[in-house]
Amino acid sequence: MTGRALAVVIWLLTVFSVGLFFMGWWFPPSISEHGPAYDQQFLITIIVVGISFVLAQIGLGYMVWRYRDTGRGERALYSHGSNTLEMTWTVITAVIFISLAVLGQRVWASLHFQSAPPGTAQIEVVAQQFQWNFHYPGADKQFGRTDPKLISDADLNFVGLDQSDAPAKDDAVVASIAVPLNRPVELTLRAKDVTHSFWVPQLRFKQDLVPGMNIKVHFTANKPGKYELACAELCGQFHFKMKSYMIVIPANEYDELVALPQAQFQARMGELLKKYQ
Amino acid sequence: MVTTTTSTKGIGTREREQPIVLPGGGLSGKGGNGSSGNGGGGGHGGDRQFRDDRGRLGMWVGLASILMLFTALTSAYIVRAGLSDDWRPIQAPGFLWASTALILASSVTVHLAHRAIKGFEVKTYTLWVIVTGLLGLGFLTTQLLAWRQLVSQGVYLASNPHSSFFYVLTGTHAVHLLGGILGLVYLLARTWNKLTAREAILKRQKAAGVIALYWHFMDGLWVYLFLLLFLWR
Amino acid sequence: MAEAEAVHATHAEGVHRHPAPTSFIRKYIFSIDHKVIGIQYLLLAMASVFVGMFLSILMRLNLTWPGTTWPILGTLFPAGAPNGVMQPEFYLSLVTMHGTMMVFFVLTTAPQGGFGNYFLPIQIGADDMAFPTLNMLSFWVTLCGFIVLISALFVEGGAPIGGWTAYPTLSAIGAAAGPGQGMGMNLWITSIAIFCMGSLLGALNFITTLLNMRARGLSLMRMPLTCWSWFTTAVLALLAFPVLLAAGILLFLDREAGTSFFIPGGLVISDRLLSSHKGGSPILWQHLFWFFGHPEVYIAILPGMGATSHILSTFARKPVFGYRAMVFAMFGIGLLGFFVWGHHMFISGMSPYSGMAFSILTLSIGVPSAIKTFNWLGTLWGGRIRFTSPMLFAIGFVSLFVAGGITGLVLGQTTLDLSMHDTYFVLAHFHLVMGVAAIFGIFAGIYFWFPKMFGRMMNERLGHLHFWVTFVGVYVIFAPMHIMGIVGMPRRYAQFTEYDFLKPLHSLVLLVTIGVIVTASIQLVFLFNFFWSMFKGRRAGDNPWEATTLEWSTPSPPPHDNFAGIPPVVYRGSYEFSVPGAPKDFIMQTEPEPGEAGEVADREGSSGNGHNDHKH
Repeated sequence: MTGRALAVVIWLLTVFSVGLFFMGWWFPPSISEHGPAYDQQFLITIIVVGISFVLAQIGLGYMVWRYRDTGRGERALYSHGSNTLEMTWTVITAVIFISLAVLGQRVWASLHFQSAPPGTAQIEVVAQQFQWNFHYPGADKQFGRTDPKLISDADLNFVGLDQSDAPAKDDAVVASIAVPLNRPVELTLRAKDVTHSFWVPQLRFKQDLVPGMNIKVHFTANKPGKYELACAELCGQFHFKMKSYMIVIPANEYDELVALPQAQFQARMGELLKKYQ
Repeated sequence: MVTTTTSTKGIGTREREQPIVLPGGGLSGKGGNGSSGNGGGGGHGGDRQFRDDRGRLGMWVGLASILMLFTALTSAYIVRAGLSDDWRPIQAPGFLWASTALILASSVTVHLAHRAIKGFEVKTYTLWVIVTGLLGLGFLTTQLLAWRQLVSQGVYLASNPHSSFFYVLTGTHAVHLLGGILGLVYLLARTWNKLTAREAILKRQKAAGVIALYWHFMDGLWVYLFLLLFLWR
Repeated sequence: MAEAEAVHATHAEGVHRHPAPTSFIRKYIFSIDHKVIGIQYLLLAMASVFVGMFLSILMRLNLTWPGTTWPILGTLFPAGAPNGVMQPEFYLSLVTMHGTMMVFFVLTTAPQGGFGNYFLPIQIGADDMAFPTLNMLSFWVTLCGFIVLISALFVEGGAPIGGWTAYPTLSAIGAAAGPGQGMGMNLWITSIAIFCMGSLLGALNFITTLLNMRARGLSLMRMPLTCWSWFTTAVLALLAFPVLLAAGILLFLDREAGTSFFIPGGLVISDRLLSSHKGGSPILWQHLFWFFGHPEVYIAILPGMGATSHILSTFARKPVFGYRAMVFAMFGIGLLGFFVWGHHMFISGMSPYSGMAFSILTLSIGVPSAIKTFNWLGTLWGGRIRFTSPMLFAIGFVSLFVAGGITGLVLGQTTLDLSMHDTYFVLAHFHLVMGVAAIFGIFAGIYFWFPKMFGRMMNERLGHLHFWVTFVGVYVIFAPMHIMGIVGMPRRYAQFTEYDFLKPLHSLVLLVTIGVIVTASIQLVFLFNFFWSMFKGRRAGDNPWEATTLEWSTPSPPPHDNFAGIPPVVYRGSYEFSVPGAPKDFIMQTEPEPGEAGEVADREGSSGNGHNDHKH
């Protein structure tokens, strides 16, 4: 009785778990060029995982259903195992798992091993406890010098921009990020205080911002809109509130935007945030 | 018993140092062996298959963990040295040469002590244990002097990464050496009762062997640290 | 029982290295008897698991109903929950304390320190651990660690908010980084350092005992798989904990002595430039921590695997399928476990090339894990399964180990980790596999060995109830968390109120919380069963489960020196069930071949020249 009940419960829980996964495509729609490849790899993996999971649970349920002690005094099968079976399942699982591992490097390689193509839009991201800062180089496409000594939240100099440096004159620092549609973007990620992580679920990647490091990451967004940007590495008390927005806008709008000086840039950004809902 | 022996080696334990006699062959149990085995041949080994050597074995195992502690610190040292532009190598304080000489000498004396007790020469043994202990204290003193020397030069724990690692590595080693000195004190304490029975001496031999092993390890560790801190790079 | 005591009394002095203590304190408090120490470890783990579980309920309450007033909390934690409303930093301190307690003081302590201590010596036929005094010391050191950890809850600023991984620089720059990062964090590091030392002493003892004190005839390949798992675990602990200790020392110096191991220059905290540090690397901590942290996962789960194999075989009345493969798989997992730590750091800014190598090594751990699963199924196949409480939990272990382990195939891929990292998907994965599966192993062990430890049976009916609710409960809790992770819900968020994309998940959040409350409540039934059975349970004989290994050949509970002065002799492997032709369906390890018993004396000294029936 217990055996059959256990088998049924194991199978029901299997149905419940698998059902949850396949009730829908749970991912938010992808908005980056590598997104579809990511989604495909996830689908392949989750199918392999799902099949293995279901087979193992069905097998386990079968064993407890079929081989319960009937109380008729029969003996169990006296077997210490089988080398052939051991070899077989070792080889099969090794082949499947290692192939998955190798397949699972493709998107990674495209993101990390290829450097950003020329003409990529450059944005510096400077995270600090519970706030995002995005530093745009302005019309000259050159970032002004920054220095931690000059950082002063009180004076609204969040990234420590040195105004005496010529390329800094046209730089803008804003609290939300705008990226051009269908054009590669390279982010240079820095953190002022503790480790943070840049995370837009629709982009299908996240990357830590580590104090003392300049980490570069590039991607191409291909769907206009406004997306929530979250911090994904525990950064302190108000980690859950460290929120910003990313907007993906047509390239011409983007070019217009980034040519604006700080004050107009900020105002225009406000308008764009309202425009893309 | 081929299987058992190979597997023992395969798991990378200290058993090879141990002349442990594994259970002998004999009538096999029922059923299969090999992957299906019920644990190899049947039967019973000699009268007692394990020489009781748990002190020595335990010490080897303990040394493995100490080694791992210093391996971790070493890897941190190498990584930290590799990535920084603030690494200012400090000059080896002269006292460290004295430290090195003392600890090398103490390794010799602890060996002599061990040899003496193996030859049942209790007096000589006691003497060498005391000498070793004094050399150990001498080592700690020179370490302290080396630290003082650095401090007087204005090199502190937080001055730069090299000095930080210098203090951390030498300090950690010193704490472990202090443990070794406690071990020597223990050996001495056991010579207090003037037992001369063979059994009592045999027990002391074992204890002396274990402490000597630890002491040699501390010696080797010091030489390694000295090389790492001042000759590497 | 009475007879055993008498036998014990006559033999104890001559054989046992330490005589049975008579005073209460030496017998139950500062005992050097491995059995008492084992129970002490178990009780410590039990105290810790209930505190940890209580913290997790508070966390779920806060996530499901943020900002609600819970008057009782206002009284208990006036600083963390003023007027009964939990603050974000309080939530994060719950996260840290829950993780630290569960990982260190439950999952490391109960299976190894508890069962390992109690049953390793008995299963190998020894009278105690190799170093009994050291063993006592390990426990008391561990307990000190626990007290120091708990005290962090009650200092100014409260417990640390950095999670059990304590990443710098959040953990390295002191109170400026947030409440709890001052004194609380110092206590946390101290506690962990103390714990490391306790574990190291324990590991040393386990390894020496196993290698040096096995009974006559007990070759390595005849040992119960539990012994193999405790041994492997001890080796992992021996090599992993020193690394955490080293990291802890460096972190402490960064905090208190102004060094810069993990702190880079130019930090600006709350608009104030931190000029005293320069050149350190936060990633260095992550490498050291995870070099320890990944083996730690196996430290938690391996003893569960051992217990599961042992219990499945016992109640399926079948020898373990592929014993040798099980041993090698266990060592394979342990060994590979040391080379995959980087999979926790794919997105940390580590070199993407090493990420790739780590990823491929990580997925290859799936192979020995799959081997184990197949062999468990093989053990059940053709069996005559008796559905006792320990068996139910062992079967539950297999189910949960598969459910939790298999999503490692997702997280272990660099590509997929890009999105999954630090989401609830990770939470679901490791809770199922190293948390719940390991706990099922512990429960299986408790129900299985309780009769041996206390001489009485636990109530089966309550045991079944406990199993059914817990088994269904954990699936209801953790399956939906995978979905939350795919949607993108980040870990360690005190509230999900700020993000629109998290709002649709509220019903799942609620479902999980209900699951938690139900599952947690049923643990009270277990608690009741445990203590009630200790005094009122049905009396157990020496071998109530008709099992084969050495612990069942001695009275329940075993006498002070385990075998009443007569060291056992082993004649066969651990799992000789249903041997054709044998009178009963199990043959104990101590049972000689027919006609062989008398030979023992004659055969002494003639070792190694017998027949050899190996078929390979």
